[in-house]
Amino acid sequence: MSDETPRAGTVFWNGILPENPVYRSLLGMCPTLAVTNNLNSAMTMAAATTFVLVASNLMISLIRSWLRPHLRILVFTLTIATFVTIVDKLLAAYMFSMSQQLGPYIPLIIVNCLIVSRCEACASRQPVSTALLDGLGMGAGFALALASIATIRELLGSGTLFGLAVLPESWPGWGIMVLPPGAFLTLGALLGLTNWIRERRTAS
Amino acid sequence: MDTLTDLFLIFFGAAIINNFVLHSFVGVCPFLGVSTRTDSALGMGMAVTFVMGVATTASWALTRTLLRPGAPLVAWGWDLAGFEGAAPDLSVLSYIIYIFVIAGSVQFVEMYVRKLFPALHKSFGIFLPLITTNCAILFACLLVMKELQGPGPLWGLHHSLALSLGGGLGFTLAIVLMAGLREELEFCDVPKPLKGTGIALLVAGILAMAFMGFAGVDQGIADAISSAGGTR
Repeated sequence: MSDETPRAGTVFWNGILPENPVYRSLLGMCPTLAVTNNLNSAMTMAAATTFVLVASNLMISLIRSWLRPHLRILVFTLTIATFVTIVDKLLAAYMFSMSQQLGPYIPLIIVNCLIVSRCEACASRQPVSTALLDGLGMGAGFALALASIATIRELLGSGTLFGLAVLPESWPGWGIMVLPPGAFLTLGALLGLTNWIRERRTAS
Repeated sequence: MDTLTDLFLIFFGAAIINNFVLHSFVGVCPFLGVSTRTDSALGMGMAVTFVMGVATTASWALTRTLLRPGAPLVAWGWDLAGFEGAAPDLSVLSYIIYIFVIAGSVQFVEMYVRKLFPALHKSFGIFLPLITTNCAILFACLLVMKELQGPGPLWGLHHSLALSLGGGLGFTLAIVLMAGLREELEFCDVPKPLKGTGIALLVAGILAMAFMGFAGVDQGIADAISSAGGTR
């Protein structure tokens, strides 16, 4: 991203499709694979990540003139760790069963490369408004990617969406899809699909 | 069950059954990024094992004495300062402290290895800075933290060392296997959209399926050990 201020709409849209964090930049793979066996936990994870992303983007952008090059990564990580602690305590207080289900993956948001890379590439160079839009756009793109994987895995694996039965009773349920291998297979196939679509669009 | 069986089961569980990469999905970034050649994969795996050992040891000590409800050092400091009432629960600070501990261990391991084992530093030195943001290390620290807060008996240092060694070697196993497969994949005719990460993820899926076959082995081993102990 260049140093001049880009247009607001472009910044927001960039994160959703052109620079989608999961399908284009392959960032944040750990939660993408780990919590997408049902839509509920995937969407909770997406919301938590978006909150941390937006909040730390705002904070870094506010203090960007005081950042020193050699300490900046440490400052980013500590800011992120603070917001993740807030999310973790909030989830434990208001959504206890979901917080138990997500387990260590909420604290692992701290080392999600997506957030550090957005702080580095955008928030530490851009004014607050751009950083805010960038955080929201990237968060939406991340949520979209998680939703696409979780939809396929939950639908094929247990025949439900958000825990509600969608497919008929006779659906056998591909158990492998909700287990770890299903995550790798689904993401690999979807990655191939997005590459294929993009190739065809650039060719035509 | 005696301590040795316990330790073996923790080690085996972290290395094979609940493999960090293929079961818990931590450390997937280096797993996909550095796994194109076997020797660099081995270097990365060794570096992660080293740092994981140091970081979990340090975080075990800190969690045991400071970062849990009713930690002894906090209570002592609280009394010493002359405050009234119960000592505060510092566990809210744990994530921030762990990040410091991991960054510090990476620095420490880098200095130590560069000074004492220059050849080793040459082979995996370049991977060390990357490890700070490797989720596998933080995941190991969080597992240790969980065992130090639960209602059951608290983990000792030997338990956390068994976990970190098992986790690190399991990560090494997964990344080296993956690198071997990808070296062979270079000679294959892969459909163009799947080239690179796509096919790597599909291969990882099949590898994860193979590792799923180990589920439940730990119970079998525990039974075998206890029955052998009974007949002795």
